[in-house]
Amino acid sequence: MQEFVEFTLGGVSTGMIYAAIALSLVLIWRGTRILNYSQGGMAMFTAYIALIVINHTGNYWLGFAVALASGLVLGAVLERTVIRQVASKAPMNAVIVTIGLLIFLEGLAGIIYGGSFRSFPPAFSIGGLSLGSIALGITRNDLFTAAAVLAAAIVLGLVFRFTSVGLRMRATAFNSSVARLLGVRVGRVLTLGWALAGLLGALAGMLVTPTTFLYPNSMDAIFVLGFTAAVIGGLESPVGAVVGGLILGVVLSYVGGYLGSQLVDIFGLAALVVVLMVRPSGLFSTTATRQV
Amino acid sequence: MTLARHLGAAVLAAVLIGILSVKLGQFREYQMAEVAAYVVAAAGLTVLIGLSGQISIGHGAFMAIGAYATALLVLHLGWPIELVFVASVVISAVAGGIFGIAAARLRGPYLAGATLLLAVALPTVANAYQGVFGGDQGEPVSVTTPGFLGTSFPLTRWQAWLGCAFALVTLVLLANLVHSRVGRSWRALRDDEVAASLAGLNVARLQILAFIVSSACAGLGGAILAMWALSASPGDFTLTLSIALLTAAVLGGLGSLLGAIWGSLVLVLVPSYLSNLASSHGLSSGASASVPIAAYGIVLIIVMLVFPAGIQGGIRRLLGPAAPAAAAPLSALRRRAPASTHQEEGTT
Repeated sequence: MQEFVEFTLGGVSTGMIYAAIALSLVLIWRGTRILNYSQGGMAMFTAYIALIVINHTGNYWLGFAVALASGLVLGAVLERTVIRQVASKAPMNAVIVTIGLLIFLEGLAGIIYGGSFRSFPPAFSIGGLSLGSIALGITRNDLFTAAAVLAAAIVLGLVFRFTSVGLRMRATAFNSSVARLLGVRVGRVLTLGWALAGLLGALAGMLVTPTTFLYPNSMDAIFVLGFTAAVIGGLESPVGAVVGGLILGVVLSYVGGYLGSQLVDIFGLAALVVVLMVRPSGLFSTTATRQV
Repeated sequence: MTLARHLGAAVLAAVLIGILSVKLGQFREYQMAEVAAYVVAAAGLTVLIGLSGQISIGHGAFMAIGAYATALLVLHLGWPIELVFVASVVISAVAGGIFGIAAARLRGPYLAGATLLLAVALPTVANAYQGVFGGDQGEPVSVTTPGFLGTSFPLTRWQAWLGCAFALVTLVLLANLVHSRVGRSWRALRDDEVAASLAGLNVARLQILAFIVSSACAGLGGAILAMWALSASPGDFTLTLSIALLTAAVLGGLGSLLGAIWGSLVLVLVPSYLSNLASSHGLSSGASASVPIAAYGIVLIIVMLVFPAGIQGGIRRLLGPAAPAAAAPLSALRRRAPASTHQEEGTT
């Protein structure tokens, strides 16, 4: 029973990280119909920048802020320089270009920082918490992880729902041509979407890296599971992304806990294939599926 | 006629390879087998992406299946290597068929994500079942030169000849397939799936077939790679390998078998040159090893943005309009209508 509680709470915490990646993917997908395969690479790169700042200043929170800011800038720059060129072409070209961005960022990180595994400081203590005499199997840092992603998701939801910028972003996602005719600067909105996605990815990178170490490929496995979470949620729905992340996190935590941690990735693949076969539009999608 | 032309080209290439392997010396021989492995796998991938219009970012996983099949068959059954290669092809074709059934229901970014996950997840199986697959160390592959070639025949030459022979046979078979009814059907469904199915083509079956063919090729590539490296281990089949294959196919020109050859040559010859260049400019060995990886990324982005027809497209343009357009015109990929209602929603 205690094991079960530990695995569940641990799963919620990693699930929130998948949710952050999934949210960033949904944000870009809604705006540009591009799936950003370089999201994990961007997160990894901003984590390196954060690590340098932390090592130089000794201030974790300064590094945290710099990581989020550089994620924001990186997202905007990539959208302006590369993505905009490929957005009008066939979907396949965009897939290949974002894969190119991923491997470019990983190679660049290897050139600048070397390929070795580096330890990464957590925001808070990683000592296990307990409720009375029962160990909960989670740490203060896990709580911070869940709270940070939840806060980001809520802020994002409020911005989308109640601000003029959010309205413009929703209008662009719904129908960019009409939005343009109605005076929305669609180009800027798309750049903003990528910037926010970069920020979310950087957040996920800061939160997960203490548990994975930092190296050029450190976000690969996290990213593919975040993608799976986004697909479970339907790629369209921010709420779906969060719920998909939580479901995936908890299920994979049981798999890792009861069956062995090496099976987690394979079960993630199985989950993705099953969801795509049974309900290709995801659990929360409202749009019609592709018809042939 | 087409068959005769392809066979003639293959015989010419075989003679050329034989001469080159003797003339160029041991290190180049060693590289020839590696090129052969990449050519086979990249040719399969270029057929899948450029002709049938399905993308895979995870073909390194099928190479891993072929390589482990080779290692285990040699280790436990001791079959001759030629037979092992054929068996590895069959095994990876079956795996590709199973994955292809799922893949046929997926489009564009979904398929890319699923194959990406395959590339990340499959190598972890080797660690999960260490008793069978040998964990991180992997399994050794023992290869010896056959007796009839004499005792002084170098192993590297045998590896090069064996790899290149299988590569040439694969290319001839693929070239004929591409020019056959099946190849035309693939192009039809790549350009417009709805029209293809209205014209009576079984879209799902054709897509699964494309996945089987390309994963069989990837499996053979992996088998050759295992024979070349004398081992199969999870570290050889990372996501980077899958993306390197994609780079070879894209750089050569998607849909072009000759392009797969050019791309693979670049992939084997240029990275070591780049790494050496970087370390001679004062980069540490770890950093130098990352230079080719960053270069793959730049190549993928620039080729896709600036000249999506790749090297073979450039050669075709140089040779002028008289040259036959043997493989896919990449412009079709660019002109293609949105593949999903997801796509249309944003633009209509």
